[in-house]
Amino acid sequence: MSEVSAPDKNVLRVEDLVMYFRTQKGAVRAVDKVSFDLGYNEAIVVLGESGCGKSSLAKAILRLLPRNIDTYTGKVYLEEVETMGLSEEEFRRQVRWVKMSLVPQAAMNALNPVLRVGDQVAEPMLVHHGVTKEQAMAQAKRMFQHVGVPVDFINRYAFELSGGMRQRVALAMSLVTAPALVVLDEPTSALDVLTQANIFNTLKRIKQDLQISFILITHDIATSSELADRAVVMYAGEIVEVNDSTTFFTTPLHPYSQKLLASVPRLRAVQEPEFIPGQPPSLVDLAPACRFAPRCSFRFEKCDEDPPIIRKGRIQVRCWLHA
Amino acid sequence: MSTEDRLQETVESIPTDVPAASPATGTGNGTLLSVQDLHVWFELKRFGFGHAGWVKAVDGVTFDLHYGESIAVVGESGCGKSSLMKTILGLYRPTKGDIVFEGKNIGLKSARELRWYRSQVGYVQQDPYGALPPFMSAQKILGEPLAINGVKSKQERQERILKVMEEVKMTPVDDFLPKFPHMLSGGQQQRMVIARAMIMGPKLLVADEPVSMLDASVRVEILRLLRGLQASHNLAVIFITHDLSTVRYFSERIFVMYAGNLVEKCKVDELLRNPLHPYTRALLEASPDPDPHNLLVFKEVPPGEPPSLIKPPPGCRFHPRCSRMIDGLCNVEKPPDFEPSPDHLTACWLYK
Repeated sequence: MSEVSAPDKNVLRVEDLVMYFRTQKGAVRAVDKVSFDLGYNEAIVVLGESGCGKSSLAKAILRLLPRNIDTYTGKVYLEEVETMGLSEEEFRRQVRWVKMSLVPQAAMNALNPVLRVGDQVAEPMLVHHGVTKEQAMAQAKRMFQHVGVPVDFINRYAFELSGGMRQRVALAMSLVTAPALVVLDEPTSALDVLTQANIFNTLKRIKQDLQISFILITHDIATSSELADRAVVMYAGEIVEVNDSTTFFTTPLHPYSQKLLASVPRLRAVQEPEFIPGQPPSLVDLAPACRFAPRCSFRFEKCDEDPPIIRKGRIQVRCWLHA
Repeated sequence: MSTEDRLQETVESIPTDVPAASPATGTGNGTLLSVQDLHVWFELKRFGFGHAGWVKAVDGVTFDLHYGESIAVVGESGCGKSSLMKTILGLYRPTKGDIVFEGKNIGLKSARELRWYRSQVGYVQQDPYGALPPFMSAQKILGEPLAINGVKSKQERQERILKVMEEVKMTPVDDFLPKFPHMLSGGQQQRMVIARAMIMGPKLLVADEPVSMLDASVRVEILRLLRGLQASHNLAVIFITHDLSTVRYFSERIFVMYAGNLVEKCKVDELLRNPLHPYTRALLEASPDPDPHNLLVFKEVPPGEPPSLIKPPPGCRFHPRCSRMIDGLCNVEKPPDFEPSPDHLTACWLYK
């Protein structure tokens, strides 16, 4: 378990991360010069619409690369270790599932149907920590308690569990090796409202008890406010805003963030939701200009030039309005 | 008419101010659809034959839907809302009870009458990409229902296709007609599905989670489109969803469904202001708004999971999870609908 360090130390620091895919039409700029950091025991949410590069960002950080990779550069510091310089084998042994793990999208369907869930949760312990089977199973049982799965479910198969329980098992599997950072890719998008609320209660408790950092990747703005201390907004492969959740969910800075928040139907406020006209640009041929400008209501002459990233402390915004 | 003219006409016809969920055409306009004591049970077989019990997906559902009215059915997965919807669409036969559409019982229909019924009821599927045949162009997708329902003149078919495409704002129409589903964005695919549901001029639209697969920024656009169609065609809409926050902007009345029963029926505003059934309260409590304050609180969620529909608990089906359970009543006798305030029905013993 990583200890809470001084606030100037980060569990993760990403600098100018670039990941392009090779396609017949040209390079798809899925992640384009992305920089952000994440403190110990902090949760950050990466928000954006489908195709904005948020899942690619998760894959780039965990180095789960598809075959058609075109460019993959930048720096990723995990607990002050630069991971981009590690070889594939070193990365597998030292980083993936040791310091950082993933709850994949549709995790409830990601479980192996022919393995008992207890064995699946214990497996990373056997592989990475070389413990005995009994020790691994004991650790798996502890994790089941943390995520709220009854311990006697340990001998069941995935099909014997409900969607919410399977999601919890996938979460237990990501926590079992006590990583410092867990990436959650759309953890509740397929679940019911009550189950979703339950899972977020669990995540909050785990964050308190185990002092883990989370990267939450989602398009669901309302539920992300349950866990996130900070918010990152991506648009067309770029980060357009990084902000504290207290300011982000009330007064976001970037025009895209403002429109995104205005598009959320609300239950407790009388406010007609708005939609964002137009579509995001193709990520293949992008002009050096603000990528949101064609849909932006604040557009002015400057927007034809590539906007700089304006930084104020840990806040980032990529917009000429704030220059 | 040239494409430019048509485009111009469409641009002019787009309402500048989208009307709210049609209060004028709502209730008091006669009953379009009446569902009476509907039961939809599926038989469980042992070893392929031999009766082993029933899955009681819909167990005694009663409601009326008026012309031009929009209702929402809200519930969790497995509560029977999809079975209810599919029975209304005529895809399942009711085990018991009646579905009366414009005075005609649609339970036991001949193929011919079913075809008429299906031209009166449009279906908007949840996953637009899965719902559109990948090998058919927009032109063909929209032409097929017309041909099947006996619109013989090619010219008339073409006119109706153009009209419906303009109504769902797929303009310029000529650009979209030759396109295949994979060439369209998610929002455009959902517009195609809506166009297909609208092409026969239905009186009722059944929309099964029409926006749950779409991005937040597109959702509102599709909801507004549906709302606009509902108002301009005096269309009745059954909107099936698990997301309470979208209901508020779309429907007039809301039904909350739990384990095969409707537990609360009232106007949407009334439900949000004054939820009565403990299950409704739990749903409202669990649905978040984007608010940084959420970070600090743990939600109160009822323990356990929805019951098996094969052997549902006796009495009120929510009683094993309910914090206000009255022993000897809730776990014994099934609650009837009570009406603690006018037009606000709830099946809960707390309001007897």
